[in-house]
Amino acid sequence: MAGPKYPGFDTLALHAGQSPDPATGARAVPIYQTTSYVFRDTEHAASLFNMERAGHVYSRISNPTVAVLEERIAALEGGVGAIATASGQAALHLAIATLMDAGSHIVASGSLYGGSHNLLAYTLKRFGIATTFVNPREPDAWKRAIRPETRLLFGETLGNPGLDVLDIPAVAEIAHGIKVPLLVDATFTTPYLMRPFALGADLLYHSATKFLGGHGVAIGGVLVDSGRFDWDASGKFATLTEAYAGFHNMDFAEESGTRAFLLRARREGLRDFGACMAPMTAFQILQGVETLHLRMPRHVESTRTIVKFLAAHPAVAKVIYPELAEHPDHELCKKLLPKGAGAVFSFEIKGGRPAGKAFIEALRVFSHLANVGDAKSLVIHPATTTHYRMSDEDLKKAGITAGTVRLSIGLEDAQDLIDDLDRALKVSQK
Amino acid sequence: MKLDVGGKEVFAYTANHELDPAKRTVVFVHGAGLDHSWFGLQSRYFGYHGWNVLAVDLPGHGRSEGPPLTAVPAMADWLVKLLGAAKIERVSLVGHSMGTLVALDCAARHPALVERVALIATAQPMKVSDAFLDAAKRNSYDAFDMSTIWGHAPQVPLGGNPNPGMWMYGDTQARLERLAPGVLYADLKASNDYVFPGGVKRPVLFILGKRDVMTPPRAAKTLQEQIPGAQTVLIDFSGHSLMAEAPDATLDALIKFLQP
Repeated sequence: MAGPKYPGFDTLALHAGQSPDPATGARAVPIYQTTSYVFRDTEHAASLFNMERAGHVYSRISNPTVAVLEERIAALEGGVGAIATASGQAALHLAIATLMDAGSHIVASGSLYGGSHNLLAYTLKRFGIATTFVNPREPDAWKRAIRPETRLLFGETLGNPGLDVLDIPAVAEIAHGIKVPLLVDATFTTPYLMRPFALGADLLYHSATKFLGGHGVAIGGVLVDSGRFDWDASGKFATLTEAYAGFHNMDFAEESGTRAFLLRARREGLRDFGACMAPMTAFQILQGVETLHLRMPRHVESTRTIVKFLAAHPAVAKVIYPELAEHPDHELCKKLLPKGAGAVFSFEIKGGRPAGKAFIEALRVFSHLANVGDAKSLVIHPATTTHYRMSDEDLKKAGITAGTVRLSIGLEDAQDLIDDLDRALKVSQK
Repeated sequence: MKLDVGGKEVFAYTANHELDPAKRTVVFVHGAGLDHSWFGLQSRYFGYHGWNVLAVDLPGHGRSEGPPLTAVPAMADWLVKLLGAAKIERVSLVGHSMGTLVALDCAARHPALVERVALIATAQPMKVSDAFLDAAKRNSYDAFDMSTIWGHAPQVPLGGNPNPGMWMYGDTQARLERLAPGVLYADLKASNDYVFPGGVKRPVLFILGKRDVMTPPRAAKTLQEQIPGAQTVLIDFSGHSLMAEAPDATLDALIKFLQP
């Protein structure tokens, strides 16, 4: 560009969304541990309630500390704005509840986090929202699943736990062809490894609990809107383009074409469902975001080292990581994830369920728990934990077997991790 | 509301109210490449405080049919026709950037229509750099980048947004990306070419951002000298996008000026 330039990713990760506190000069983001905010007078109160002035009313709707996190993630993702939520699951629910009513339909990748699968397959079904799950690698399967009432296409940037790389440009084209948005769960990739909006996604969310926080001390989610989807032109989203009696008959798309989704999500979804983020949580996640650009390269570097080690290990039947040439999405990975395919991957241990059990129980550095994206290395057996509610058929579709083990590679000394894995693998084969 | 102006369907935001002949009317005119929603908070305030509001989408912008107009006087004439279609006889005008030129031209050539004029981020001449014009003419994304970065104070990407959770750069880019090819160039060229004829006799308020890169306060000096008695409000820390960067200060200045 001939003119000015944007701040770099690293700078935004440290600064976006926050000026030094005007009251105290505090450089760090202050924790505004307050439920509510004093109005200057009744006129000011009314103006805030009616969206005539910018500001905060009640921390379920917005909070100054949470707003810093929201703006920072929106900046890193290249969106128009964001809403922080109580968890990644709350972010997914908020997106769906903002877009559609009972009678609507979603087409989703079959390779999803178990919690997301539960929400779509069972819970939302009770509320009249149906989902068809498809093989994310088959563009025709996405097309075949579309119905007149389809309102959303949804997948994970890296599927869980088979590490399917979502072909975002292809799926976005399918979504846009029927005038509905593509929502992606970008938890595994973070904005450091991939910016889904640049590839065609319209909405995204993170479980901020994972790499964004990185420390494993806080549960949270962030829902981000690209602002690029034209709700008016679609004509399929009455929640955004028709008068809403629940907020002064506001037509959100008329208020702002680019902000309509976030306006409704905040003014209805946060207000009524209430799954907001606490200010302390936002502060804790911000501490992680400030080093995201330093942590992610190290996560990827150690993962590559460990993948190489496991791929050559005699106790390992198969390693599933998109950077490996035998992975079905290897070429797509090179195209969409040039900085790395993340730090979560799976492998199949020889000996099935008993070997898997012995392996996990022999590990000393890896922690056996239900999380990923921590600074500490983690391990889990999906078939008995995160995905245990799924049928055998659905497990197979998601690329899981009884011997599948999922690792999340942390920031410890890579050789220590290799030694730990090597010892546990030897134990598993006895 | 939708209106027919010259056989084209155009849009003006009314803050969800029917126009009432008994009320005073304030008209908001946006800047280059933008639309009515750039005045979101301020227009909504007036709509809920006893005013008729018409925050227009100029032709080819927002919800108004194109093509874009290519000269400021043509935009002013279009605005007069829109007011006729809405059956509004007297208004106060609030313009931003290119919209300030439309408001000034309207006040100069159609004084009977205009009560007061508020100019948010203005300059005369409103010189647009050759690089910016050239990028816009080529429909290059560089023009959107220049508009985004120069359209905000330098601290904006590193600071907080008064509107919780919003990223001002991203919102500006998303709005610009919705434009049809050629619209931004038409706006920039119209702004660049316009020469204010003078002769505005109505009360005028300048609202200027101290950190405005596109139309710095010094660039409004010639205009201020041409309008004796004009008031000026200088807003600390704000750049060119005062309605988003300093929404309350901008609104307070408008309230004081329009409701004396």
